[in-house]
Amino acid sequence: MNDLLTPTADSQDTAKVPLKPLGKVLAVTSGKGGVGKTFVSANLAAALVKRGYKVLVLDADLGLANLDVVLNLYPKITLHDVFTGKAKLEEAILPAPGGFSVLLAGSGMVEYSRLTTEVRNEFLRIISGLVPHYDVVLLDTGAGISDVVLFAVSLASEVLMVATPEPTSLTDAYATIKVLVGQQQRQTVRVIINQSARPGSGQAITHQLQQVLDRFVVTERPIRLIHMGDIPVDPEVRQAVMRRQLMMQTTPGCPAGLAISHIAGALEKSVIPKPT
Amino acid sequence: MANLTAPPRIDLQDLQLDDARALLKHDARNSEQEAGESPTDYLQRVIDGLCELSLKDPLTGLGNRRHFCSVLERSIESVARSGESVLLLLLDIDHFKSINDKHGHMAGDQVLQAVASCLAHCVRPMDTVARYGGEEFAIILPNCRPLFGRAVAERIRQTVASLSIPVAPLQNIQTTISIGGAYAPEWVRSTADLWIERADLQLYRAKSNGRDQIRLEQPQELSVSAEEKGLLFGNLDMNEMVALEAASGDTPPNAADKATNRVNA
Repeated sequence: MNDLLTPTADSQDTAKVPLKPLGKVLAVTSGKGGVGKTFVSANLAAALVKRGYKVLVLDADLGLANLDVVLNLYPKITLHDVFTGKAKLEEAILPAPGGFSVLLAGSGMVEYSRLTTEVRNEFLRIISGLVPHYDVVLLDTGAGISDVVLFAVSLASEVLMVATPEPTSLTDAYATIKVLVGQQQRQTVRVIINQSARPGSGQAITHQLQQVLDRFVVTERPIRLIHMGDIPVDPEVRQAVMRRQLMMQTTPGCPAGLAISHIAGALEKSVIPKPT
Repeated sequence: MANLTAPPRIDLQDLQLDDARALLKHDARNSEQEAGESPTDYLQRVIDGLCELSLKDPLTGLGNRRHFCSVLERSIESVARSGESVLLLLLDIDHFKSINDKHGHMAGDQVLQAVASCLAHCVRPMDTVARYGGEEFAIILPNCRPLFGRAVAERIRQTVASLSIPVAPLQNIQTTISIGGAYAPEWVRSTADLWIERADLQLYRAKSNGRDQIRLEQPQELSVSAEEKGLLFGNLDMNEMVALEAASGDTPPNAADKATNRVNA
């Protein structure tokens, strides 16, 4: 546990690099906001629960939490109270619809959106405390390339990059992947294409991203993008979001629901060993 | 908020100004009220003088750590907004302890002063040179393109190495510095702590690699060039884009959720 808290100043060039990634922690991130990161986090968590995993979703978008809105949960005790020492970690964890646990940031976390050493250490302490209790910890991070986002992502062993097929979203996803490769020496980034209009388009998009990376981003070891799946445009998604219900609970058999189950299955095969 | 009543008169006799006057006098400033100077003007002058003092390192006359930190904070704001290239250099005098041990603390102070004045002359007026602590200095170079950063640092290193610093009659000594530097990540609201940490890591590398040298962090390439974009979209099926628009209608599925929009805007 101690080596997690002490950055080792050896490897490459930034202070954020030396943090040792933890097992079983997956970061859900995106280059651009509004692509459905939180929607994916919450529903993927529910899909993993159905596969028998014990899952916690942590709102790692410290300044701008919206997991509460998606889940329609407004708890009295949040991560903010843990940060300020007003509550214990276990008091802030609550059950979410869908059978997973959730740790919400709380609006007061805005003041922590500037990443000081204390915030980093506190964050590390919290995540180190959570990891032993869950099969999977999903970090619902903010979008883009701020220090807080990059730090949250650096804590994860795997990165799930959510993008929509829109050019702006893809450009920002590409830029973020470049930074993750440069700063954190990531060798694999897993891509989820949300709001896909046509089956197979995610595969083509991932392939295209890979080609541009291969050509423009020079690293010692090649970067590999892995396409995890497409979530199709689906009116049920909109319905669930508007009603503030969890789609995987209300209409798990809709096209988007099936796609998310499929992604959970792909994660089980490649990333998360089956719980015993 | 217009103040219609006359402002209250200040009576200098009511104020305890002795300490302030002594501080200013010590810094070779005129600390007494001049003939014809109004109490308000005089007080303003005293306050301005104290503010200046509070930001200055007394030994070298450079900015002190407080001044350095406030400039660094402001730089982060401008970098986050404009994407301007700002370089932070941390400089440390090599083997300073042995200078102190061998020649005495007076000599050590003279070396600090000589290096400080050299640094101040090596940079542009818009740059900030500060004494960061002990024998460590910091320089903030706004508008410094990555291409020029190394050249500036190299010029500083060479100029300091060429100094012949008199520390006693007929005794001059020479010294070298190690330099570590990092650019503020462009378009990103970073923190002063992280930025300093990154420059410090480079300084540490310059030191452990044998001193009298420069290490700069490679700036992150955050922008996506037109060439990259061309390749990114050039081969993508444009029907995909059209199908997407058709399928999602005027608003993408998430757009109606105000909270999501607000949060992710």
